[in-house]
Amino acid sequence: MAANAAPKANPGTGTTARQFAATWRLHLMLLPAVLVALIFKYAPMPGIVIAFQDFKPWQGISGSSWVGWSNFELIFSMHDSRQVILNTLIISCLKIAFGLVVPVIFALLLNEIRQMGLKRSVQTLVYLPHFMSWVILGGILLDLLSLEGIVNQLLSFFHMQPVMFLSEGNWFRFTVILSDLWKEFGFSAIVFLASLSGINPALYEAAEIDGAGRMKQTLYITLPSMLPIIVVVFTLSLGNMLNANFDQIYNLINSLVLDKGDIIDTYVYRSFQEGQYSLSTAVGLFKSVIGFIMIGGGYYSAYKWANYRIF
Amino acid sequence: MYHKNPTYRVFYLFNIAFLVLISVVCVLPLLHIFAVSLSGKSAADSNLVGLIPVDFSLDGYLRTFENSNFLSALRISVLRSAVGTVLAMCVTVLAAFPLSRNSREFRGRNFYVWFFLIIMIFDAGLVPHYILMEKINLINSFWIFILPGLVNVWNIILMMNFFRALPRDLDEAAIMDGATSFQIMSRIYLPVSLPAIATLSLFTLVGHWNAWFDGMLYMTSPDRWPLATLLQTIVVVQDFSKTGIRFEDLQTLSNRSVKSAQIFIAMLPILLVYPFLQRFFVKGIVLGAVKE
Repeated sequence: MAANAAPKANPGTGTTARQFAATWRLHLMLLPAVLVALIFKYAPMPGIVIAFQDFKPWQGISGSSWVGWSNFELIFSMHDSRQVILNTLIISCLKIAFGLVVPVIFALLLNEIRQMGLKRSVQTLVYLPHFMSWVILGGILLDLLSLEGIVNQLLSFFHMQPVMFLSEGNWFRFTVILSDLWKEFGFSAIVFLASLSGINPALYEAAEIDGAGRMKQTLYITLPSMLPIIVVVFTLSLGNMLNANFDQIYNLINSLVLDKGDIIDTYVYRSFQEGQYSLSTAVGLFKSVIGFIMIGGGYYSAYKWANYRIF
Repeated sequence: MYHKNPTYRVFYLFNIAFLVLISVVCVLPLLHIFAVSLSGKSAADSNLVGLIPVDFSLDGYLRTFENSNFLSALRISVLRSAVGTVLAMCVTVLAAFPLSRNSREFRGRNFYVWFFLIIMIFDAGLVPHYILMEKINLINSFWIFILPGLVNVWNIILMMNFFRALPRDLDEAAIMDGATSFQIMSRIYLPVSLPAIATLSLFTLVGHWNAWFDGMLYMTSPDRWPLATLLQTIVVVQDFSKTGIRFEDLQTLSNRSVKSAQIFIAMLPILLVYPFLQRFFVKGIVLGAVKE
């Protein structure tokens, strides 16, 4: 971790008591964050046992009866919960794929622009949707994409059939993936732009002298230099395999597209609203465990292949 | 020189045109909603508005501000954004400083790292959270908007990495003079960390302003909702049964130009702070997130 740190006098040596005397201020500074984390993140964790109970709110966790794995058996025997997991995977995997490729291409194209003013303006505009919530964008999309909306007016102007973007299953998925891409591609490009600006210009000069055109320079200098950060972003995004974005889907979904658009998080919330607390928790726990494995694996691979450490 | 190559020149022109088009597409829907919000009722309802308001009218905004539900929701949103951002930044900076020390200097560091890593990758889920909030009597309390979100591990990491990127020579002189950790943090690290703090403040502020789910989940009465939750029911769900909105207001609220005005008002604070903080955040994120 600190291989480059030269040995020097530090206050942390000696017995535990002496160490604490030297660093108690640091512990104190961490105290607020630790307390909040203990109360609001750690304290609810034992609550996941209700996934193994037939939980009745008026009986509480201690009073409800234990049912073992039957909630989980229920999940995997119900047709709609299997469909929900499948929907989640399809939507999130497509989002991950497009969400990686498009920002890289965008960063490469933007990197070619030499007029700084133009480059800044483009950046300012494409980052903006990232800061809008899915409530706002949901409201806008419902308006734009309705049958009488401006997009369908445009289609009919070109003599095309109107499209039911939000009320036909496959179009719904298409809309969800495209609108997510629209909202996030600019912002995701930031890290790629940063890695582009870090490439040593001497490499390009050398390639120039060897007679490489811009295409060759991109292929043999730019892309290989970006590869580590692409690997990091990809491996970290694997943790989102079961996260298809509750905010977005919940604000766009309707009963017509439940079969193709319902995802784990919206399913959990609906079961919660219907009072199926144990089922809801069991689905949530299933998601958390898989997510834990994916994120853990993602961080491990990012560390291994790209030497990326989070802390 | 590839710049002078004719093929590259053609590509360059197309590239500029393409990128300009892409950036216009990113803001076009927002401009459209703005135009609708400034249009007359009939023009808006019959979808005649493109990017320029038709029969200009401020009616949408006037109707919105006549509505008391909307005003109280606006007040709650402003309050939670201000209080929530300030407190969250205090907690974040305080936690990031000790974690930015190396583990020889601060022996407990590894323990704390694991402590925060665990909550970053494992979450108890909806129902256990709800049960906890009920137990500690936070349902229907304003503080439920603030307290659970005070610790954002990702923000702590960004801040910590920013601190780490600062040259360590900075604090050595201060240590010689006998400065405490608090003094080093507040007098030396904070003043030079403005980009990172501005970035994280923007993210936290936007997060609070946009948050709607906690309002819906934890507030049983709609008069405690923040703006985003109210907007969600009016604009997205279009269900007025729970909102406590009077029947007379219902006609006007479902009006397209009024809805657009509400959407625009909800976007406005972000549009206002964004240009000022925007120049910071690229620097802030990059220093925090990318390290080789």
